[in-house]
Amino acid sequence: MTGGGTSVELAIETQGLTKRFGSQTVVDEIDLAVPRGSVFGFLGPNGSGKTTTIRVLLGLAAATDGEIRMLGREVPRHLSEVLPRVGALVEGPGFYPYLSGAANLKRLDIADRYAPSSTRRARVDEALERVGLTQAAGKRVHAYSLGMKQRLGIANALLTPRELIVLDEPTNGLDPQGTREVRNLVRSLTAEGTTVFVSSHLLAEIEQMCTHAAVMRTGRLVAQGTLDELRRAGRKTVVVLTPDRERTHRVLEGLGLVPGEPQHPTLQRITDDDRAVGAPLPEGMSPDVIVATLVKEGVRVNGFAVERANLEDLFVALTGEGFDVAQ
Amino acid sequence: MSLSDDSPRARPFAGLSLLGSELSVLFRRRRTIAMLIALAAVPILIAVAVRLSSSRAQGRGPAFLDQISQNGLFVATVALTISIPLFLPLTVGVVAGDSIAGEASAGTLRYLLVGPAGRVRLLVVKYLSAAIFCLSATVAVSVAGAVIGIALFPVGPVTLLSGDTIGVGESVLRSLLIAAYICVSLLGLCAIGLFISTLTDVPVGAMAATVVAAVVSQVLDALPQLAWLHPWLFSHYWLSFADLLRQPIEWGSFGDNALLQLGYLVVFSALAYGRFSTKDVLS
Repeated sequence: MTGGGTSVELAIETQGLTKRFGSQTVVDEIDLAVPRGSVFGFLGPNGSGKTTTIRVLLGLAAATDGEIRMLGREVPRHLSEVLPRVGALVEGPGFYPYLSGAANLKRLDIADRYAPSSTRRARVDEALERVGLTQAAGKRVHAYSLGMKQRLGIANALLTPRELIVLDEPTNGLDPQGTREVRNLVRSLTAEGTTVFVSSHLLAEIEQMCTHAAVMRTGRLVAQGTLDELRRAGRKTVVVLTPDRERTHRVLEGLGLVPGEPQHPTLQRITDDDRAVGAPLPEGMSPDVIVATLVKEGVRVNGFAVERANLEDLFVALTGEGFDVAQ
Repeated sequence: MSLSDDSPRARPFAGLSLLGSELSVLFRRRRTIAMLIALAAVPILIAVAVRLSSSRAQGRGPAFLDQISQNGLFVATVALTISIPLFLPLTVGVVAGDSIAGEASAGTLRYLLVGPAGRVRLLVVKYLSAAIFCLSATVAVSVAGAVIGIALFPVGPVTLLSGDTIGVGESVLRSLLIAAYICVSLLGLCAIGLFISTLTDVPVGAMAATVVAAVVSQVLDALPQLAWLHPWLFSHYWLSFADLLRQPIEWGSFGDNALLQLGYLVVFSALAYGRFSTKDVLS
């Protein structure tokens, strides 16, 4: 599912990227391929290694093993040339509480030795405006709400025109309004040709703004591709609406299906309806054969459908369900 | 795709502007201002106390305190003498210990590095700003001392330790020399603080450890059994600026002190570099 392979120009490319802390492997041989111009969702439960991967990509932490190319250059060797072209929000915003929002951005802009000082003021104002913080620009960050800090963090990533923007959990602490603004912002960035790499543990968020996605689970990359490719990977499910549940079970079992077994939430919901029987559709079996057999065996079929697992089902199937934090 | 052409070009003097930003952040901070005010209060308290008591009980207390009442120019030097064992190391420990650990705990370190500020550049800027704080701390004590001394006591020619007498202009110059000596004395501690600061994400821990280092060094320096160790302790020459109060000036201790501090600077900067350049920034 790696999509075009080497024919597509990649903004981020890793091979066998591994990060170990002592004996614990936090990132385990992942091969990321983020195409230029994409909005790439980096999905996974808390503790699956997303943020660590981002830290390694940005040169904050050293990889234990593997190779990284960012914007066509090897990292960390060419980090100083790559980073000015990358904007980032990593693991929440980090600011000096006793400085104003604008002063914080100015300080971080000075730290970028490639950012021209002549346009600094205008760029800071523009970034603040883009995230809706113009009113609060002169306020100390100490007085900011979590959502405002998050916005300021995003503004920091937008200080200079970037080729790649990495946003780690950008909608954390934002209200629904702010979440929508982030989506619009990401859209406008893509329109300018920027590649956006967004990490999230929320599938809905990724589904709404991304063109591509990768799924992490306990440090491993378990799926990667365009959203369509990922959707296609979901298994099909047969759903029969019938008053004759017992007989339907027997007929389906006779055909080699496993009825009623809840493979994913969609099926679970359907089988909650006491008139419905569900079963995963085996590879290569034609649905019409099932209908014909059911009718022949005298099952009263009120409804029949083939459903494809949605991304949520896939996500749950890939990463496991429940509140257990990975590792 | 020719990356060399569209690669961004670094600003000239980017390190200097980062230093400027660092200094403005440091000196705009209330904590820094409060520390400088507290340091400036040392000579003021001494001078006021001496002024109030000298009218009643003359001749009591340490000899050098008594001299203040005869010549206001001594206030600054006396205040520096009192501040060097604890007050100055305390404030320097706070600033140097906070340098990297404070950024890490605020979460700003990762953004500075992603900036990219460059790890070595950041370390150099942090050290320079801590050194400039040493200077401003010393200046705060000296200037406050000079002002309050002139305000409360008579000012006149100063009798040196060697028995010679120098004029007011010359004695101001000597005071500046002593301030410079004290400032240089603190540079080794600065480097130690910077190194400790790269070891942790908890700024208070780094600050405390730096101050403890200063105290331990002075305690060891006071143990006669460890005489062989004394010339190597960074606090060994802290109180040896008396040589600057002789005629002619004896530069020996100034040079020894500067050399020792330079040694500490080299060793601990190297340690800080070794630690910080490869550190995983996970804060």
